[in-house]
Amino acid sequence: MNAILDLATLWAFIIAFAVFVYVVMDGFDLGLGLLFPLFPEKTDRDVIMNTVAPVWDGNETWLVLGGGGMMAAFPLAYAVLMPALYTPVIAMLIGLIFRGVAFEFRWRTLSKRNRWDVAFAGGSLLATLAQGIALGAILQGVHVEGRHYAGGWWDWLTPFSILTGLALVVGYGLLGATWLVLKTEGALRDRAYRLSWLLLFAMLVAIGAVSIATPFLHIQYTQRWFTWPNMILTAPVPIAVAGVTVLLLRSLANRQDHRPFFLALVLFALSYAGLGISMWPYIVPQSITIWQAASPENSQIFMLVGVAVLIPLILGYTGWAYWVFRGKVRPESGYH
Amino acid sequence: MFEGWDAVVLARAQFAFTMSFHIVFPAFSIGLASYLAVLEGLWLWTGREVFINLFNYWLKIFAIAFGMGVVSGIVMSYQFGTNWSAFSDKTGPVIGPLMAYEVLTAFFLEAGFLGVMLFGLERVGHKLHFLATLMVATGTLISAFWILSANSWMQTPTGYAINADGQFVAADWFKVIFNPSFPYRLVHMVLAAYLTTSLVVGAVGAFHLLRDQHLAGARVMFSMAMWMATLVAPIQILAGDQHGLNTLEHQPAKVMAMEGHYQSHPDGAPLILFGLPDQAAGKVKYAIEVPKLSSLILKHSLDAPLAGLDTVPRENWPPVPITFWSFRIMVGLGFLIMGLGLLSLWSRWRGSLYEFRLLHRFAITMGPAGFIAVLAGWITTETGRQPFTVYGLLRTVEAASPLAAPAIASSLIAFVIVYFAVFAAGVIYILRLMASPPHHGEQGPRGDIPARAAGITPAAGVITEGAAG
Repeated sequence: MNAILDLATLWAFIIAFAVFVYVVMDGFDLGLGLLFPLFPEKTDRDVIMNTVAPVWDGNETWLVLGGGGMMAAFPLAYAVLMPALYTPVIAMLIGLIFRGVAFEFRWRTLSKRNRWDVAFAGGSLLATLAQGIALGAILQGVHVEGRHYAGGWWDWLTPFSILTGLALVVGYGLLGATWLVLKTEGALRDRAYRLSWLLLFAMLVAIGAVSIATPFLHIQYTQRWFTWPNMILTAPVPIAVAGVTVLLLRSLANRQDHRPFFLALVLFALSYAGLGISMWPYIVPQSITIWQAASPENSQIFMLVGVAVLIPLILGYTGWAYWVFRGKVRPESGYH
Repeated sequence: MFEGWDAVVLARAQFAFTMSFHIVFPAFSIGLASYLAVLEGLWLWTGREVFINLFNYWLKIFAIAFGMGVVSGIVMSYQFGTNWSAFSDKTGPVIGPLMAYEVLTAFFLEAGFLGVMLFGLERVGHKLHFLATLMVATGTLISAFWILSANSWMQTPTGYAINADGQFVAADWFKVIFNPSFPYRLVHMVLAAYLTTSLVVGAVGAFHLLRDQHLAGARVMFSMAMWMATLVAPIQILAGDQHGLNTLEHQPAKVMAMEGHYQSHPDGAPLILFGLPDQAAGKVKYAIEVPKLSSLILKHSLDAPLAGLDTVPRENWPPVPITFWSFRIMVGLGFLIMGLGLLSLWSRWRGSLYEFRLLHRFAITMGPAGFIAVLAGWITTETGRQPFTVYGLLRTVEAASPLAAPAIASSLIAFVIVYFAVFAAGVIYILRLMASPPHHGEQGPRGDIPARAAGITPAAGVITEGAAG
């Protein structure tokens, strides 16, 4: 704990990185599920599905890394948070089942009304709401006694967690809409542009609402954000959000297809950094710090070797897969 | 509702249910990924159209099975925390890194190359596409390596210490990973996956041969599958025997349960073929036995003494009836599979492999046998470890989450409904694909949906095969 960068801190950043990669990568493909009901035409839906069909599985693997990595690096936090978030986690898993199988099943059904399209949209909504609610439930803190979760199985349900659930729906929707701007053309892209405008404003409202509500959860959050000299670190976050928003609005107005998606990712990164600032150094807010939850050093070092070698490799071949399927997707023949 | 229920029993039921569903998919996709790699390799090597047709035929099935494996697998990675949080806290420092390595070395590899494997043949060219297929197949095997290492450590823990917080920590990672039962379990499971797949492929081939003996694709897949069953089933029986001897050394109570040996046998133990184990009375009723055969199999001596569960404290007994029966189902199916392999070998030697209708019907019947054997084997090894989660060290009741029964019962019901609805649909889609024969110009997973600009043809040019293949 004396060193500036100790193992537990390093691992907190690695897990945070994995979760962030998950949030943005599965975020846009969950977002496509959320937008699905707005695109009733089969040809549009086929295109939307084909924009992510080759990569969705890799996107979701980051969620497994987040969960598995947390069990390995911070077993106490995993052991406390999973029972605390029992219902949202189970709901998320069930949502992910419905939407995950839909990628293949929807091409195989013989019936005219495709129930797997409903499963894709419904599963995406359930998983997104559950993830947002879980985030809110973590921020508001859970009841811990000794090394166990000591609350009930509905403790997570509060107005705040509902707010974060809805906020994530809006956020993933924005990622999905800007992804469609990037990957499609014609009338489908026009609609994606209109949705991006709408969802961007909704996202700003959501960020504002969560930012206003968070300091009321714990006095520590208020102190973290609004006391001197912390503000040197915290003040740039909202300023950057404003700057990125301006850029995003301009790229939408000028119809620069390739920009809105990446700017939306930056907006997510800033919101995520804000969450990190609020939570640090707790992994279970106000109860368990990253150092209390950390695995023994030899477990963390053993995995660090693998992470140092494998994560760059994974990013490399994942990037290659995205590169292979780059460009606009057209209805008549899949990728171009 | 459910207030009076035992939360631990419900948590175990839930884990057993979700695990049983999940294990079926990897057991199939490990074998199928390797089979696809072989088919694509043969196509690139020989240029024969039948191989790319078979590749695309099975690739569509693989896409569905793999998707179901992924989503049911994500559930598993979170169930450790939701239902077994005390286990996660205590074993996380040891088990967690093994699973993290599984994600890093296997899941990403499979997922990263799966998209190219499924949809990328026209975009990346044949060699890179073959590389992607090989990466996916390798990923499935690496995944088996890590998850079986973790599971084997729970069966035969070595290389650990216990810290002040009561957590297991690694003292020697090599001993943790290569714990005593791991090599046996890995070989046994990978062979099981290959056999399972070969039985499915063989059944599909046989099904189409019954309709058309001259169908090239059906002939090739049936012949390949029967070679696999012929060669691997006897090896698997040997591997299983070695695995059993290893279990006798490290987990004797499990073998006692498998054998139904409640009593010790100081001068040669009988092999109980069938009987009704009565856990309360501590004996096997109506036992049909072969004298001294169990000692011969386990100790290689007719008169070798074998201890029974009477030497184990009652609170450490595994549930004998389940272990006893699941073991017999697995072994019985193992011998049936070997019988199928031998029959096909005899028929091949006589030159009637594609005409022998009885063999084809037998192969169709055996189509699901691999799945049943895998499940039975899994149940044998997992219930045989009870009442422990980490054998001899952490009891299952101490591993559970501090959750009330209604929470676990509700999620169990939700999983049962969702799994039956979703995976039944998936199985129907797979069976529907299997029901149509592989044909000339077979397309990949998206080939039949809006017309593709170009067909998929091998580099060497299409060599159209006649009916005789």
